[in-house]
Amino acid sequence: MTELLRISDLHVAFPTDDGLVRAVDGVSLSVSQGETVAIVGESGSGKTVTSLSVMGLHKKGSAQMSGSISIAHDGGFLDVISAGEEEIRSMRGRSVAMIFQDPMSALHPYYKIGDQLAEAYLVHNPGKKKEAISRAIEMLDLVGISEPAQRAKEFPHQFSGGMRQRVMIAMALMNSPKMLIADEPTTALDVTVQAQILTLLASLQKEFNMGILLITHDLGVVAQVSEKVNVMYAGRIVEQGGVDDIFYNPMHPYNLGLLKSVPRISATGSERLKAIPGQPPSLISLPAGCAFAPRCEYIKFTDGNACATLMPELAGTSASHTSRCHIDESKRQASFAQAMKEVR
Amino acid sequence: MSSETILSITDLIKHFPVKKSRDRKKSVVKAVDGISFDLRAGETLGLVGESGCGKTTAGRTILKLTEPTSGKIVFEGQDITKFKHHKMTSIRAQMQIIFQDPYSALNPRQTIGKIISAPFEIQKVEPAGGVKNAVQTLMERVGLNPEHYNRYPHEFSGGQRQRIGIARAVALKPRFIVADEPVSALDVSIQAQVINLLDDLQREDGISILFIAHDLSVVQHISDRVAVMYLGKVMEIGPTADLYQQSHHPYTKALLSAVPQPDPRSEKSRERIILSGDLPSPINPPSGCVFNTRCWKVQDKCRTEVPQLVQLGATQVACHFPE
Ligand SMILES: Nc1ncnc2c1ncn2[C@@H]1O[C@H](COP(=O)(O)OP(=O)(O)OP(=O)(O)O)[C@@H](O)[C@H]1O
Ligand SMILES: Nc1ncnc2c1ncn2[C@@H]1O[C@H](COP(=O)(O)OP(=O)(O)O)[C@@H](O)[C@H]1O
Ligand code: SF4
Ligand code: SF4
Ligand SMILES: [Mg+2]
Ligand SMILES: [Mg+2]
Repeated sequence: MTELLRISDLHVAFPTDDGLVRAVDGVSLSVSQGETVAIVGESGSGKTVTSLSVMGLHKKGSAQMSGSISIAHDGGFLDVISAGEEEIRSMRGRSVAMIFQDPMSALHPYYKIGDQLAEAYLVHNPGKKKEAISRAIEMLDLVGISEPAQRAKEFPHQFSGGMRQRVMIAMALMNSPKMLIADEPTTALDVTVQAQILTLLASLQKEFNMGILLITHDLGVVAQVSEKVNVMYAGRIVEQGGVDDIFYNPMHPYNLGLLKSVPRISATGSERLKAIPGQPPSLISLPAGCAFAPRCEYIKFTDGNACATLMPELAGTSASHTSRCHIDESKRQASFAQAMKEVR
Repeated sequence: MSSETILSITDLIKHFPVKKSRDRKKSVVKAVDGISFDLRAGETLGLVGESGCGKTTAGRTILKLTEPTSGKIVFEGQDITKFKHHKMTSIRAQMQIIFQDPYSALNPRQTIGKIISAPFEIQKVEPAGGVKNAVQTLMERVGLNPEHYNRYPHEFSGGQRQRIGIARAVALKPRFIVADEPVSALDVSIQAQVINLLDDLQREDGISILFIAHDLSVVQHISDRVAVMYLGKVMEIGPTADLYQQSHHPYTKALLSAVPQPDPRSEKSRERIILSGDLPSPINPPSGCVFNTRCWKVQDKCRTEVPQLVQLGATQVACHFPE
């Protein structure tokens, strides 16, 4: 499979009045053609900052960035971190396109839907107005908007929430990108409409063999659509693996905690939820060691001080399933297997 | 849970007048359009449905925070439908609300102590041991540090703010609480903490809760019974276990099938009912069965005759051709 995106050791920090916000702290992941890779994590864990970094969308000067972000572009690779504004603009929308959580804020209220779609095409194909309009109508049709030629002349407020998200997808497809980044694409939608949008994304992916980086906080959505998963906590990937690994054989106590605390529709009904105590740390004053330590009940399975003082590396018995945790592997296996029996 | 009915809603309607921009004809939003149910002491009734179907309006109308257009609300044996402001004040102590948004629900300029003690002040209640003592006991009960009495809302996280809202709601030991999406804005790990807290308080105090949410997994966890709303009407209502395992209404079935579960193996083999389109406008709802524009079982009769809620097995269903 052709690799479309490789992020290596990405660090992103924002200087603020209160101190340096370490929003992303050593993230590495890759996305290949035809696959869906998820980043899942709670709000503030660094998901959006990661995706905006890939698109080169942080304001110049506001973010301190290091590491590399390599994107398949024009037959070669472009490193977004070192690339100039010109190169990034030529990549953005054409090699990688992004779908945002809130379609209303991404669409301009006073311009016709069709013109906004056409504009996305004209950025990369200056002057080809006619072609742009017919492509806009074609894409609206593709995402399931009926009477697309008619609807292209309407304004965003005349569309429902689900239709606006379809328009966002149509806009992302205008330049036939090889890859999509979808940041919480269904979070603002009702479940019945979410089901439509996820089905649409899956069929488009199949048709065009796109790579998708899906960002979400919803474990159900992750389970439904992704092949690989990155679990983020406080700016770091704490566990990385195939979707079955992540859901049935968790390695990191935070991932296990999530699986135990998420309510599930079940035949047995309502047992008490097993909540993770405490709350995520401030990204300004992260603990020196593992950021999850203040909430972790598995410190007892490590050799004492490591958790508090030493940041664990991403590691595992196989390269395809890794986690950042000092826990003793044999003790983990026994206790996690026991805990997973209570899940479901 | 006891068999005592503490709240009884009959044919409740709330229409909001709106001006149509184009022809300037007056019309109404049929936010709540004839709902009926009972709530027993200590019971939690989950109210689910898509955005805009009228859940919040139902909750607020029942509490008389907005005046009902018609229908009847009987609370603890008293018909409060027509109660005016001063008469409601004495009943307010028994009926409380918890809001969805823990950020906007608290006054940013008031200390936590002040916020949680507001119900004592409004009701002119002097708790034994003094207000401060009572508030700190409440803070402890909802898992907040009582020493944070003098702090302001912005110093707390979303989950903690929701705990503040809950402390305020249970201060006067109400009989009934409307919890309007109390955990929707919270992350999974925090959401579970708050659900468990609500569970405990309810069990200890025997409170009845109308639990409004759009997340069906959360609702299954907390509710004894569930009502499914669509465009201002109840489509199906019944005991949680029955509704989740053997729903009879096509809309309930579609909703349940749309919720993705954190279980990749079953997700990938799962058959989903994908509804077409989205919610029609409540200003001009479809005639007959309001679900008929999206229902895959629709027949001619559905477009002309409104189906009534009738008992079918363990649940009550409003559908001409139930599953
Ligand atoms: N004050 C008002 N004036 C006019 N229309 C209103 C008013 N309040 C609510 N509505 C309309 O009534 C309908 C029901 O709204 P309501 O807030 O009860 O929905 P809901 O089920 O709580 O939705 P959500 O899940 O988004 O919170 C909507 O169409 C809404 O736009
Ligand atoms: N421009 C910025 N300046 C300062 N802090 C920021 C900025 N953008 C994001 N952050 C902070 O970075 C952290 C991660 O944010 P984000 O990636 O948006 O989280 P999420 O995982 O919810 O998408 C948060 O603490 C957020 O407040
Ligand atoms: S490194 Fe230590 S504190 Fe962190 S998750 Fe593992 S056991 Fe828990
Ligand atoms: S009454 Fe008809 S349209 Fe309505 S839910 Fe039943 S079958 Fe569907
Ligand atoms: Mg985000
Ligand atoms: Mg609401």
